[in-house]
Amino acid sequence: MQWANAVVQGLLLGGLYALLAAGLSLMFGVMRLVNLAHGALAIVGAYLGYVLVQKTGLPPFATIIVVIPLMAAIGWLLQSTLLNTALNKQALAPILVTFGLAVILQNVMLQLFTADYRSIQVGDLAGASIQITPDIAIGVFPLMTFVVGVIVIAALQQYLARTKTGRAMRATSDDREAATLMGIDNKRIYALATAIALAIVGIAGVFIGIKTQFNAYSGDTYLIFAFEAVIIGGLGSLWGTLAGGMILGVATTVGAQLLPSSGTLLADLVFLAILVFLPTGLFPKVVNG
Amino acid sequence: MAESELLSVHGLSKKFGRVITADDVTFDVHEGEAFGIVGPNGAGKSTLLNLIGGVIDPDAGRIEFGGRDITRLKAANRAKVGIARSFQIPRPFVDMTVFENVYVGSSFAGGTRGQHGYDRAYAALETTGLLSLAETPAGQLRLLDRKRLELARALATGPRLILLDEIAGGLTEKEIPPLIDTIRGLLASGVTVVWIEHIVHALVSVVDRLMCLAEGRILAIGDPHEVMRSPEVIEVYLGTTFDIGEGRAS
Repeated sequence: MQWANAVVQGLLLGGLYALLAAGLSLMFGVMRLVNLAHGALAIVGAYLGYVLVQKTGLPPFATIIVVIPLMAAIGWLLQSTLLNTALNKQALAPILVTFGLAVILQNVMLQLFTADYRSIQVGDLAGASIQITPDIAIGVFPLMTFVVGVIVIAALQQYLARTKTGRAMRATSDDREAATLMGIDNKRIYALATAIALAIVGIAGVFIGIKTQFNAYSGDTYLIFAFEAVIIGGLGSLWGTLAGGMILGVATTVGAQLLPSSGTLLADLVFLAILVFLPTGLFPKVVNG
Repeated sequence: MAESELLSVHGLSKKFGRVITADDVTFDVHEGEAFGIVGPNGAGKSTLLNLIGGVIDPDAGRIEFGGRDITRLKAANRAKVGIARSFQIPRPFVDMTVFENVYVGSSFAGGTRGQHGYDRAYAALETTGLLSLAETPAGQLRLLDRKRLELARALATGPRLILLDEIAGGLTEKEIPPLIDTIRGLLASGVTVVWIEHIVHALVSVVDRLMCLAEGRILAIGDPHEVMRSPEVIEVYLGTTFDIGEGRAS
């Protein structure tokens, strides 16, 4: 039954991976921008939550309400200044710029917070769990993470499907020039997409801060998980990203059960296997003609 | 000219490297007119539409629309002041339904809100005969319907001027008359049309005036039949595989 437990924990962990990956998926989908600073930005969100708890005494989960607009504002500024300029240059420019941004963010965080590990304390909640069967206990916090992940993905999906700016994002994603001729200012749409992407990764950051200890360099691992979740799920599919996150989560927890010393080896192998056998992911976006 | 000018192009020039695609091009298009453009491949016809639509910037010259200088206006804003265009190869947003494609045009460039945007989108679908396909994913449309969608999308932006880039190209002879009817419908609603076309008989049957371009220069401009009969125009077409027989006959 410990296997069943590992699977359940893994599925829940998938919610966190999906939260991490959703913004990456959105930015790539809308503007084909590979954001290598995504992991570092998640840690920026974690530190924002940490500082808010330390300085203002806000309850840990309430910090999300402040982190969301802060991260969205950072996203808007970042896109309207740096990233829109980078997108106008040759294809490699955005990758180099976001890589450079990740390095800068890491070093700034290192200066501000040293290399010591921090975490956001939530008291008893961290260990609270619901006993389902004698062998399976669901942690309250992992469950919350999962529920928030599903809600965010569902909300983002609805936003893209039903709102005016959501449609503009899909139109711009499909054909930027044709969208421009429909009166859509693609630079504003890009800024909006990055604002949303960073708001979501900010939520992920706060959850990371509560779940584990982190320091300035923790973002690298999360960046890789986020990429793997997006690619397993299929580029451009948000529900695919959630499924990708859950597969990755299960592979992580089952892998830890199988080979406790090998870390995320199994998860990486699953990712490689999917890349080899299903290169378009599990839920590829269907494109006609 | 008695009619008022909607579009005025003055001394427009554009070079790509050493290739001159627009060389001191000057012409006017009147409000409500159907204005045709012909010319051999590489004459600079699509470049001219791209310059008017704001997709590329000219090296020199000025473009006025409704009396306003729009030479420096961005493409998205030109869409908002009333310039729409269709692409030579239809470029629908394939993941969206036909309705959504058109609604994007009416809600952004059209500047409409809520119900008004829906109404205008549906009106554009009706004019172009796409109403029954409103909920179909645009990626599944056949070519004629994709061409119609290009028109519907352009129409939904509430344009005063529609630029058509070889909209009849690739269609069968049977498909062309219904498309021409749709274009006549646009003209009847008061929209001005600038239309580039290789299928000259289709073009000549609709347009009020015709301009022939070659190597970025205006060879002839005026009555469609006279332009197609002029020696300069015949000369640029001779030796090409292009068939002007139908154009002269129609």
